[in-house]
Amino acid sequence: MPVATPRLLTAEGHELRMVLQKHKARRKRKAFLLVAPLLTFVVVGFCLPILDMLRRSADNSIVEETLPRTISSLKGWDASGDSLPGERAFAALAQDLVLAQQQRRATRLGQRLNYELSGLASLFRRSGRDMEKVVLEVRSRRGSYKESLIAFDARWGELDSWRVLKRFEDEMVADYYFASLDMKRDLQSNEVSFRPSEERIYLRLFGRTVVISLGITLATLLLGFPLALWIARLPTHQGNILLVMVLLPFWTSLLVRTTSWIVLLQQQGVINDLLVAIGIVSEEGRLRMIYNTTGTVVAMTHILLPFMVLPLYSVMKTISPSYMRAAVSLGAHPISAFWKVYFPNTVPGIGAGAIMVFILSIGYYITPELVGGRTGVFISNRIAYHISSSLNWGLAAALGIALLTFVVAIYWLYDKLVGIDNIKLG
Amino acid sequence: MSFFPPHLSIFERGWYVVFRLICVSVLVFLLVPILVIVPLSFNALPYFTFTPEMLSFDPKGYSLQWYREFFTDPNWQGAVRNSVFIALCSTAIAVGLGTLAALGLSRADMPARSVVMGLLISPMIVPLIISAVGMFFFYSRLGLQGTHLAVILAHAALGTPFVVITVTATLVGFDFTLLRAAASLGATPVRAFFKVTLPIIFPGVMSGALFAFITSFDEVVVVLFVGSFHQRTIPWKMFSGIREHISPTILAVATCLILVSMLLLVSLELLRRRGEKMRGIKH
Amino acid sequence: MSRNLFVAFAAMLTLGLTACGDDDAANMEAKPAELVIVSWGGAYSASQKNAYHDPYMEKYPQVTIVNDDSSNEAVPKLRAMNEAGNVTWDLVDVVAADAIRACDDGLALEVDINDILAEAPDGTKASADFGDLLVSPCFIPQIVYSITFGYRTDLVKEPMTQLCDVFDLAKFPGKRSLEKRPIVNVEWALLCDGVDADDIYDVLSTKEGVDRALKKLDTIKSEIIWWSKGAETPQRLADGEVVVGSTYNGRLFSLIEEKKQPVAMLWDWQVFDLDGWIIPKGISEEKLEAVKHYLYFATDTQRLADQAKYISYGPARNSSAPLVGKHADLGIDMAPHMPTDPNNAKNVLLYNFDFWADKRDEIDEQFQAWLSR
Repeated sequence: MPVATPRLLTAEGHELRMVLQKHKARRKRKAFLLVAPLLTFVVVGFCLPILDMLRRSADNSIVEETLPRTISSLKGWDASGDSLPGERAFAALAQDLVLAQQQRRATRLGQRLNYELSGLASLFRRSGRDMEKVVLEVRSRRGSYKESLIAFDARWGELDSWRVLKRFEDEMVADYYFASLDMKRDLQSNEVSFRPSEERIYLRLFGRTVVISLGITLATLLLGFPLALWIARLPTHQGNILLVMVLLPFWTSLLVRTTSWIVLLQQQGVINDLLVAIGIVSEEGRLRMIYNTTGTVVAMTHILLPFMVLPLYSVMKTISPSYMRAAVSLGAHPISAFWKVYFPNTVPGIGAGAIMVFILSIGYYITPELVGGRTGVFISNRIAYHISSSLNWGLAAALGIALLTFVVAIYWLYDKLVGIDNIKLG
Repeated sequence: MSFFPPHLSIFERGWYVVFRLICVSVLVFLLVPILVIVPLSFNALPYFTFTPEMLSFDPKGYSLQWYREFFTDPNWQGAVRNSVFIALCSTAIAVGLGTLAALGLSRADMPARSVVMGLLISPMIVPLIISAVGMFFFYSRLGLQGTHLAVILAHAALGTPFVVITVTATLVGFDFTLLRAAASLGATPVRAFFKVTLPIIFPGVMSGALFAFITSFDEVVVVLFVGSFHQRTIPWKMFSGIREHISPTILAVATCLILVSMLLLVSLELLRRRGEKMRGIKH
Repeated sequence: MSRNLFVAFAAMLTLGLTACGDDDAANMEAKPAELVIVSWGGAYSASQKNAYHDPYMEKYPQVTIVNDDSSNEAVPKLRAMNEAGNVTWDLVDVVAADAIRACDDGLALEVDINDILAEAPDGTKASADFGDLLVSPCFIPQIVYSITFGYRTDLVKEPMTQLCDVFDLAKFPGKRSLEKRPIVNVEWALLCDGVDADDIYDVLSTKEGVDRALKKLDTIKSEIIWWSKGAETPQRLADGEVVVGSTYNGRLFSLIEEKKQPVAMLWDWQVFDLDGWIIPKGISEEKLEAVKHYLYFATDTQRLADQAKYISYGPARNSSAPLVGKHADLGIDMAPHMPTDPNNAKNVLLYNFDFWADKRDEIDEQFQAWLSR
């Protein structure tokens, strides 16, 4: 049985519920309009570029665009078999390559395909350069493209060269993702498998990035906790002075701090000189503290320490000292009172600081690059390498996706546990 | 040791001393790298190590030549100009957009708040190398790669999360009825913003601005990718200096930067105090 | 009839122009322009400024040359500019391997060397004057440099004389500074593992061969500090961080002769490499004319020889070699410091560009996996 609710009307005779709803919608719109400019700016100027970059990890259109006839003529060919494709495919390839060379795309395509099978770069460079001659010759002799191409370069008679081309029949080719996870797709059987463990690079790098970042997080916690505790329990005025000392490195250029760690830690550096002068370390036994994991951990712990101290401090500041006093006056040993009463209250600060430090550290690039040497570099450094050195942008994008997914997952955790609103800065 | 409360046992006093020692050494760890830079910037020889002359305080071991080089080399001066210009412009954009957004975000009626907040904070969270590479391709395609505009926009995007966070934080205690009061007294929303809201959130805006400024001023990864020679900033020069042609000039620059950041820090601290006074928070 | 005459006349004029050589072409007035020239920065850019840019701008004050020190990232940036259709560089200084890559990728213009560059003073065509160094149709060589070793004379008991001393930890203990890439290092490792210089690339073309090289490097792996920028080894040598390290010979020259550090050269099995210009594809016609005009001037016999006054890299033209003189400030003879000097070039490795173009990615993966183990 529906119960008739009395209708509430405004002075103008409109239904109150509707008016309130309208009002609310207008306020919502107003709030959103204030946010809209920045949201547009961030989405267009930041999120879209990142998505666009990530798109490259799956973009293989260069193959289809450069060799359209070849790809379509390979439709009926069985790549897992033991016979080469027919004359039609060779003729199509020759035609495609002549056109590709005119547009100067043959060698570029070779570069792309070289990631799948090394040797194709030079095969395509050679073939592109001389294909016109080959075609003219075949036409004048009315000969076979297949024979002439194989005679021109024996690699055209190898099954694997064709299997690579056949692979690009599909529009989506996930090979960059496989590569980014140290997996390989067999050319013949198309089976995906992990590389043997001594050949793995990226899984090891990801693993190392996470382990070192955890180490840095732990180090900042161990160093930051007592410091934050001390500052929080000092009178405000003295506490503020110390806080400024914590913030000073935070505000000092990252490069400056990294440089000074080089000065301090290198084998002929300040710390080693000091240790030798005191006699703890012999001249020959100077410690290696930089261009390895130690260097990265020390420098990054220093750089990220303020991100741990600040949230810890702001949480500790809110814990009333009377809790501890009460516990002690009730007979608890100070240590047990601290552990049972004070410490649990600091956990939100520890969580906030730890996740912040961890997120920032797994994406670091500059510091590991400068002080990491062989064993202290991160996945970011490898991404940069593929962007600016090997020019394998597709693989760089795939590695970027893997890293970004990981960071977003941690960020989501942060939001769930701490809340984005609770990020505090100084 | 008279400052100990009289009831503490020897063990507790001992622990207290150890605790203090730990804290002081952490502080030393924080400050030493910065303090080491300063004397080395006066090195007479072009190396990053303390020479015997320096250690024996022989005046011959010291010199101002790296400062002279910094202040007279047109490349360094160009870098200073670029850094300041880019940082100021990107800060202005970040503060303008970020403050508006923070005002919207702190209203109770903001729809899809956590999603929007997540997007707005993302420039702070996404690993810099990914942002840098993404923007490199993006601005290249727009034909803006290697222009001041591209670097400014990129840095503005990186700086906005800081403005949003700090301004939202100052708005936490903000009493929105004040705005209604202003409106009922006949103020337009714009006038109400400048007369009522802005004075209250000003410290937050300023500290957000400082964060945005330092983010741009200290940023090297994005500028390496998005910028070109014409946009080279101080960090760019320092980065190539550390790896390319090493000279203690970068230590002199570093010392100057430390001075600048100390100035910024002091002003931030003063602003914070003023902000607490404005909002009536007492220690 | 008149048309044919005109063609014949034009042909004569062209012939005449080429016959007259430098003077006419060089006297052709340069149009006012701003050229953005990309190079490596540091001492190298300074040597180009002294030898090419400044004299050129003095002669043609209507042209301004802007330096951009981005050669390190030249190929990726060119590629991005090319994708965007917005090329802002006019002339780029790159190593030969990068020139080949840029040319392959369609990022650089193919040039006819004889058409745009000056002949040697004795009338030899430019292509013959550069000879074998024209490794890519896009590449205009400037210098021959080498990657070689320098060692601290005060930190070793006896002078290091052979490449394999680098691999001898018993005789020469201490850290080594090597470049963080397989190229050059694997070749050196194989040489010291007993492979004949002529067989190196055959051995390296198999995975087992690369493993063999890495196994040799394993023997000194713990003592290696890796570098990625040319300045790192000189700095480490100066600081005494390493006993011996590889880098570009010009950097070592400046460390030894200009900065007077206790360091000596170890030339054995130095690896020759080339550096030169490429013209980015996609620049405007006017810019292209201006660039060609500049190149005609900056790559002639005298100018290339002039560069050697400021940095110890060998000029790429045969005809420049006899003109190499004394260092501009130090006044020492530069010839004995050139990698091409017979005393230094007893054992030289010519590295195989084609091989590395093909195998670079594959061997690099193997190298990186080895590195991270």
